[in-house]
Amino acid sequence: MRAPLLVEHAATKLDGPLLFLKRTVEAALGDAVEVRGRDGHARLGRIVALDDQALTIEVLESSAGLDLPSTVVRFRGEPLSFALGPGILGRVFNGVGQVIDGGPPIAASEHRAIDGLPMNPVARALPRDFIETGVSAIDVMNSLVRGQKLPIFSGGGLPHDRLAIDVARHARLRGAGGDFAIVFCGIGLPYDSAEAFRSALEASGALERTALFLNLASDSSTQRLLTPRYALTAAEYLAFVEGKHVLAILTDMTNYCEALREVSSSKGEMPSRKGFPGYLYSDLATLYERAGCLRGHPGTLTQLSILTMPADDIAHPIPDLTGYITEGQIVLSRELDRRGVRPPVAVLPSLSRLAKDGTGGKYTHPDHPALASQLYAAYARAVQTRVLASVVGEDGLAEADRRYLAFGRRFEQDFVHQDGPRTLEESMDAGWRLLAELPRNELTRLSDAQIAAHLA
Amino acid sequence: MSARAEICWVSGPVLRARCEGAFALREAISVGPLGLLGEVVRIEGEEIMAQVYEDTTGLKPGVEVRGSGLPLSIELGPALLGGMYDGLLRPLGGPDTAFVRAGASFGRGHVVAAFEPAVKPGDALSAGMIVGTARVGDGPLQKVLCPPDMAGECLWVAAAGLLADDALLVRLRGADGIEHGFAMRQRWPVRTPRPVARRLPAEAPLVTGQRILDTLFPVALGGRAAIPGGFGTGKTVLLEALARGCEADVIVYLGCGERGNEIAGVLEEFPELEDPRSGRPLMQRTVIIANTSNMPVAAREASIYSAVTVAEWFRDQGLNVALMADSTSRWAEALREVSGRFGELPGEGGYPAYLASRLADFYERAALVETLSGARGSVTLIGAISPPSGDFSEPVTSHTKRYVRAFWTLDVKRAQARFYPAVHPLMSYSEDAARFRAFWAGQGADDWWALRQRFLALLEEQARLERMARIIGKDALPPRQQLTLLQAEIFNEAFLRQSAFSAVDRIATPARQAAMLRLLARWMDLAEAALAEGATLAALAAVPSLRALARMGEEIGNQELQGFEALRERVEAEHTGLADKHQGGDDAGTAAG
Ligand SMILES: Nc1ncnc2c1ncn2[C@@H]1O[C@H](COP(=O)(O)OP(=O)(O)OP(=O)(O)O)[C@@H](O)[C@H]1O
Ligand SMILES: [Mg+2]
Repeated sequence: MRAPLLVEHAATKLDGPLLFLKRTVEAALGDAVEVRGRDGHARLGRIVALDDQALTIEVLESSAGLDLPSTVVRFRGEPLSFALGPGILGRVFNGVGQVIDGGPPIAASEHRAIDGLPMNPVARALPRDFIETGVSAIDVMNSLVRGQKLPIFSGGGLPHDRLAIDVARHARLRGAGGDFAIVFCGIGLPYDSAEAFRSALEASGALERTALFLNLASDSSTQRLLTPRYALTAAEYLAFVEGKHVLAILTDMTNYCEALREVSSSKGEMPSRKGFPGYLYSDLATLYERAGCLRGHPGTLTQLSILTMPADDIAHPIPDLTGYITEGQIVLSRELDRRGVRPPVAVLPSLSRLAKDGTGGKYTHPDHPALASQLYAAYARAVQTRVLASVVGEDGLAEADRRYLAFGRRFEQDFVHQDGPRTLEESMDAGWRLLAELPRNELTRLSDAQIAAHLA
Repeated sequence: MSARAEICWVSGPVLRARCEGAFALREAISVGPLGLLGEVVRIEGEEIMAQVYEDTTGLKPGVEVRGSGLPLSIELGPALLGGMYDGLLRPLGGPDTAFVRAGASFGRGHVVAAFEPAVKPGDALSAGMIVGTARVGDGPLQKVLCPPDMAGECLWVAAAGLLADDALLVRLRGADGIEHGFAMRQRWPVRTPRPVARRLPAEAPLVTGQRILDTLFPVALGGRAAIPGGFGTGKTVLLEALARGCEADVIVYLGCGERGNEIAGVLEEFPELEDPRSGRPLMQRTVIIANTSNMPVAAREASIYSAVTVAEWFRDQGLNVALMADSTSRWAEALREVSGRFGELPGEGGYPAYLASRLADFYERAALVETLSGARGSVTLIGAISPPSGDFSEPVTSHTKRYVRAFWTLDVKRAQARFYPAVHPLMSYSEDAARFRAFWAGQGADDWWALRQRFLALLEEQARLERMARIIGKDALPPRQQLTLLQAEIFNEAFLRQSAFSAVDRIATPARQAAMLRLLARWMDLAEAALAEGATLAALAAVPSLRALARMGEEIGNQELQGFEALRERVEAEHTGLADKHQGGDDAGTAAG
């Protein structure tokens, strides 16, 4: 680290969060700076573009109050980093990793660059340990494993927070206690939902194994771009230095993407779909890919991010690009929510890509994958039949089709809906019970032996 | 002699630098004290513009850029098989290197191979000629070729025995009288196709072991196929299934801008599996190139060329190579990002106007060829496409469609019902299918074409009838049409569904595919006859062996073809007298359920 350098009288232009300077010092792309205005307040920033004449600084807090003549910039000579050490659990940080709970500062044992480094794919261990979340629609149908990144695709006003908290509270390896350290990262959250999270975690006694990072709706949008990076840096530290199993909850990724769009457009970049920059995919990947297991490391990092789909549209670039990066998605449905199904998981568009690696004989139950597959096939048929029934009427349906209609209703009411957490065994039993109502001959995803064992 | 330049502007993966001395377009460069690898992509007066294949954090104006005098090239050699490389074919290091750092080069070191010469001093060496064989450890025997850009009289050749792959192997005197030498390990510029004697027309399919592909939409050996599909529809799983099961000698698997865990999965699974053809570990026929979504973007752009160059390297040894690229959309996006940073005028979808020609250049490198040494080899290219919002009218999908001859569209509806592979039979096609009748006849299935046409027609008819049923209700259709719907449903379940994870079913040999087709056709005939003779649809649908038919893929393996005979007998027995039973009593329908 070079000695910090102070530069005065170099500012040439202020435009939203961007500050343009004449280049009078040696500074590198990505370097951290502190921008001090007339008010004396030091704002964190970083260098986002430079040539031999000029450099552009992205100010990570509000740039209101800055002017050209009195702005002083201190160059740190290194990229943004986060000072981490034991004792970050139970603490509350703002969006740029500063302690805001009134407690003492963190006794740092290391500085980690917040952008992290890509995990070497060769060094990754395939995630395989089944996590019981207590939610049937996840445990049986879209199983989560340790080291997976599985987002919740939700919509405004749907109970995604509830679901995330339930999962955080219950998540355990089967037969074990809740052993996850939680990194909670609020991005652009209204104060009351941040507070709701905090008090829910507190009520469940999970707060002392949680590190909270809060970028509130009132904080600057440039800062939103950093909050998940600070949080994930802490999560990586907990997982790969302290060897803990970490569950990172990032909410709301839609706010993150909107901040990225805003900052990108203020930089004058060429917009792509819906005004988002063309690199949204790569940018999101640098966050989502920070999950996983490393060979020879005891800790793991599991990501459960939440995003609200603008206009409930799964084809919107935010959920679309997220789905292309993450290892599946849990989709919530407004219709099910309206019908009182809790959690309102839309099972068909939901997917866990790693379920295949963490379920079955060695991991859960040998017949678990077949059960899930058969439930999927039957429910898909039920939904298809529902469409038909809406046109020709239920009476116009054949007897077999009416059975599927009934199955679909029961599946939503008795299986997806639940009043409290279920063990995997309870969830699987609920599934078998539903299948028992269907003609055996049509259960083509089950073997004769499976039918004999579970549906006799 | 290499040129120098000084950075004057950096932005993400690209930079501009003011040069002293001449750089060439596409020249490889080394940037800064870490020696980051880059490539010149434009020259404007005193300035070069370059893309950098590693993380550029920390670069700044004034930093030095050095030219290499050579186009961007990769190192090929006998040690490639079984390895894991980054987008520029540099080894990804071992599991002890948990995170990838810019500028960290793991080098390839020397790899020792057992060399056996096939030429001697005095021999005339022609470009691409076989000069010997090499074997690394217990890996497969490989051919060593004279580089395609060298020829002349052999002056010296290394003796048989163990030799480092970068040690001098052959010295020769070219026509110009100048002496040259080469090793087993050779460099080749990634953007230049390796030369061949001539291209040959497609004649046989690449057998994939996937029923819906081999039977309905086959791709030619040396052909080109694309798999478009929205997220989670099964592109990666299908490509992996092909990498495991297809009948190629070498697989190049390219993870281009996709997930790290997928690469970890391949890496964990392939060493455990056996290559059905050679009996060796599957890994020994596989080269993995990985540039995951969080790795530097520009290397994603180069990785596709590295991969196809590796494929050509093995093709030139007279092998059939299949390259799986997951996903070509990420490559196109890398192209777009780099182009955008240079301020180029964006075309459709923000992609640069040269997207189409770049795609064409890439797919052109697929071919069945006669190699320079007179052998036959092929490169088959199979690329996944990830269209934004699953919209197939976007530029990457629509341009790719112009260059590929097999198009395997994945359908969200099927994927959501967990009906895999989710290839949509009515939205997919193969332009080469008709050429493969002789191949199937050679497999003992000269009825393949007729069966294929019959089942394709059945699926078309199903779609038409379902549209009608949505208006008037299924029960209102005449029994013959209801039977068609039943037939199509069973054909889908029994034949088109094939789990990539089922131990029995993940690979289906052509013989098993033909046996299944015939059995299904036989059942269709029986059911149609029974209906004509007065059997009710309910009775036909309640035939117990339908369940066995629907599950035969999972129950009857490649080595148990007699099982299909037994099932046929059962199906036949259960259809005899169905019509009479109906006339005997009116209760056949209650058997359902
Ligand atoms: N042939 C198959 N057999 C069994 N399961 C499959 C098959 N194809 C897909 N699946 C299931 O679907 C999931 C998603 O498939 P996959 O990861 O291949 O999708 P994708 O099209 O590559 O998505 P993305 O574009 O996001 O990478 C898999 O994890 C697997 O569970
Ligand atoms: Mg994929």
